[in-house]
Amino acid sequence: MRRALLIAVPYVWLLALFMVPFFIVLKISLSDTALAIPPYTPTLDLSGGWAGIKDFFSQLDLENFVWLTEDDLYWKAYLSSVKIALISTVLTLIVGYPIAYAMARAPEEWRPTLMMLIILPFWTSFLIRVYAWMGILSNEGYLNQLLLWTGIISTPLTILNTNTAVYIGIVYTYLPFMILPIYSALERMDGSLIEAAEDLGCSRLQAFWLVTIPLSRPGIIAGCFLVMIPVIGEFVIPSLLGGSGTLMIGKVLWEEFFSNRDWPVASAVAVVLLLILVIPIVLFQRNQQKQTEAEK
Amino acid sequence: MNRLSWFNTVSLTLGFAFLYIPMVILIIFSFNESKLVTVWAGFSTKWYGELIQNQAFLDAAWVTLRVAVFSSTLATILGTAAAYVLVRSGRFFGRTLFSGMIYAPLVMPEVITGLSLLLLFIGIGLDRGILTIVLAHTTFSMCFVSVVVSSRLVTFDQSLEEAALDLGCSPAQAFRLVTLPIIAPAVISGWLLAFTLSLDDLVIASFTSGPSATTLPIKIFSAVRLGVSPEINALSTLMIAVVTVGVIAASLVTKRAMMRQRQDEQAAARTE
Amino acid sequence: MNATIFAPWDDPQAKPLIQFRNVTKRFGVFTAIDDLSLDIYEREFFALLGPSGCGKTTMMRMLAGFETPTEGHILLGGQDIDPIPPNKRAVNMMFQSYALFPHLSIWDNIAFGLRRDNMPKPDLEARVEEMLRLTRLEQFARRKPHQISGGQRQRVALARSLAKAPKLLLLDEPLGALDKKLRQDTQFELMDIQEKTGTTFVIVTHDQEEAMTVASRVAVMDQGRLMQVATPDRIYETPNSVYVADFIGDVNIIEGRATARTEESYQIDWAEGQPPLTAKSTTALATGQGCHLAIRPEKVTISAERPADAINAIQGEVHDIAYLGNLSTYHVKLANGTIIKAQTANTRRISRRSFTWEDPVWLSWTATAAVLLEH
Repeated sequence: MRRALLIAVPYVWLLALFMVPFFIVLKISLSDTALAIPPYTPTLDLSGGWAGIKDFFSQLDLENFVWLTEDDLYWKAYLSSVKIALISTVLTLIVGYPIAYAMARAPEEWRPTLMMLIILPFWTSFLIRVYAWMGILSNEGYLNQLLLWTGIISTPLTILNTNTAVYIGIVYTYLPFMILPIYSALERMDGSLIEAAEDLGCSRLQAFWLVTIPLSRPGIIAGCFLVMIPVIGEFVIPSLLGGSGTLMIGKVLWEEFFSNRDWPVASAVAVVLLLILVIPIVLFQRNQQKQTEAEK
Repeated sequence: MNRLSWFNTVSLTLGFAFLYIPMVILIIFSFNESKLVTVWAGFSTKWYGELIQNQAFLDAAWVTLRVAVFSSTLATILGTAAAYVLVRSGRFFGRTLFSGMIYAPLVMPEVITGLSLLLLFIGIGLDRGILTIVLAHTTFSMCFVSVVVSSRLVTFDQSLEEAALDLGCSPAQAFRLVTLPIIAPAVISGWLLAFTLSLDDLVIASFTSGPSATTLPIKIFSAVRLGVSPEINALSTLMIAVVTVGVIAASLVTKRAMMRQRQDEQAAARTE
Repeated sequence: MNATIFAPWDDPQAKPLIQFRNVTKRFGVFTAIDDLSLDIYEREFFALLGPSGCGKTTMMRMLAGFETPTEGHILLGGQDIDPIPPNKRAVNMMFQSYALFPHLSIWDNIAFGLRRDNMPKPDLEARVEEMLRLTRLEQFARRKPHQISGGQRQRVALARSLAKAPKLLLLDEPLGALDKKLRQDTQFELMDIQEKTGTTFVIVTHDQEEAMTVASRVAVMDQGRLMQVATPDRIYETPNSVYVADFIGDVNIIEGRATARTEESYQIDWAEGQPPLTAKSTTALATGQGCHLAIRPEKVTISAERPADAINAIQGEVHDIAYLGNLSTYHVKLANGTIIKAQTANTRRISRRSFTWEDPVWLSWTATAAVLLEH
């Protein structure tokens, strides 16, 4: 009895506040816009009995999805979100791997401190960390001031409100998600494996390529998914650091909802976004599962 | 490997510089006299003074704090229960769905979670305000709590619970007297994580809050959309300070506890 | 038979494969290896034996190239190898943890080193197959390291390090992770493989039985120094110090003072009220010099009556009996409280054993049975 209750409470909570809302989104994405409250039609009227339900379903259609394919804003936004996510994942990996590697090779008594230094930014507000770059990257910002002062450039660079700023912001805020899984994979690695590789004729670089990289692969994969999946739907970074040319689907959805108040289209955007994310999410789950099995 | 090679030293130095310089700049310029945030005009704490007098920020901070306390506490209870169910309950109807619902919110884009919850609240006619934000935050942060707690439960020696039952505890007593004290650190860090996530959240709060309840991130977001402002720098500095003190204190406490345990073990070994 | 005895160390013409020349290795203030010189010859199975922390692993890591001597030089085939990095040395190592690459199959693990040499594919395949046959691993070639047993992993590690046909193979506690029965079988297998391939083996171990079984010569080490380097039988029969005598096998150590009687024959006075002992020794001792007498338990005869012609005979009573199946060890307590161990082979059934607890007995041994050691 107690066990049933223990299972039921979180189960029902998640069903009601996680699953049910999805079906509502799905339903509204099939509805039409209306100048009413709520601003869509039809609404389900159970008092009409079976006929009412039938009537309700007959009014649902795929109009909004057709609309998404017709207006190139949407598919361009999806494409550019995926592109930005992929590029910034690679950039984060390039920046993060050497840091994770150095942490794993650091003296053991330093490692908890280094870990804390990596995690600390993660606990501070995401919004503030993105905001910090606004002052650095703007035309009269600190980076331009530094570059002008050193004489590397003579006119300020435009970085803020471009995709470059978005990449910098993503790498900066998502770096811990890349470092931590790679670090934990590298730290578990037996140091004698590298010695064995060298003993068998590898140079340092070959040993790194043939042993270290393959053994840290689960960490790399986990880190890449942890960065890529949320970045596809990212909203804060493109809206603060990106410009009018930065197309990301999270921002489009936000504007569709808050500025245009077009709930059915916003819902359709969300449904498609979710469909795009299903693939990497499933792949990610499988990678994690494989890893936990390997550890057993 | 006692010393770092130059390559590793350079990686660490550059990496940490990249992580910390933006925040250091932010902190320095929060003490800037000038309204122009990019030009240094002397030391001043006047922006902190203005911040304290800004009633809108204070109200938003108070709302945020209440939401964070309520939602993280609720999320900790639900998340711990969910972790216990996942690790200990074996098979039950819809287990796969349940674990899917625990893990999916971790990677779900916030815009989708926010939108779907808003549509739910409107659908059932719930007025948007503190309550709806608490419900929304609880839902996604309970998943984080349950991941943290279940990773501790997995390594937990189940024979301890069995010993408690063998010695006459009811299952509830065994949980309260044996399991809970042992997993307490994970539960506490789960609470802290939920609390931070709630304090931090902009997107979901924007969808689920009403005009009566504006949280601090919403307030900050609408301010910084217009550009960099010294007042926000001051606010950011305060938030960074609170978090830094908290994280360092927490890590010192755990380090002390570990050192004490090691000393005790060494002392015990000597008496053998 | 006499011409085929393998003993290059007794041949002044033989050129050593490895020479340690006054090698010292320090880690900070700690001296791991202290001014050590040693020659190891081709085709030898050489064992470095000592307790943990004696410096034997450091010696091995210097040979592999993972450590460089602080002072002195190591020569391989007459050439100074100090500046050569580990990946360029014709030396391979079998790691204590085996260090098998978990992401590669057994086949690929064995091929790993050969690929580094860009060996042509057909040769490489033939070589890997040969190694698999040598170590009886043919049917496991496609498996990953975590899918095979500990003993099989040990053989993969051996095959991998032998694949490149190194001049010298280093084995770091190669059998440490195996249980006793498997360890004994594997010891003979190792000797077999060493003989077949003709490779020089240097093995590091803390297990004296293992060292005695496999090695052509054993070096007993303590605190960074070589205590004795000799064949197993000489190490056992004529240890040069109390340390070596005590480290290898079971021994009775009696402390006393020597008086020269005739040439190479000494009288040892060792305890009040006990008859003096007689021992032969080639080492010259001054009269009255303190000495130790080391006697192996199996060389002590135990009897009910005093043997008529015994040169050394002392009386005591049986204090403890350790029954080991094939052998029994008697702990005999003398009148002054000293315990002397005597070992007899159990050729009879236990019910007909001659002695039991608290029986008065005589212990005796010949003049050459004991080794006389200086202080």
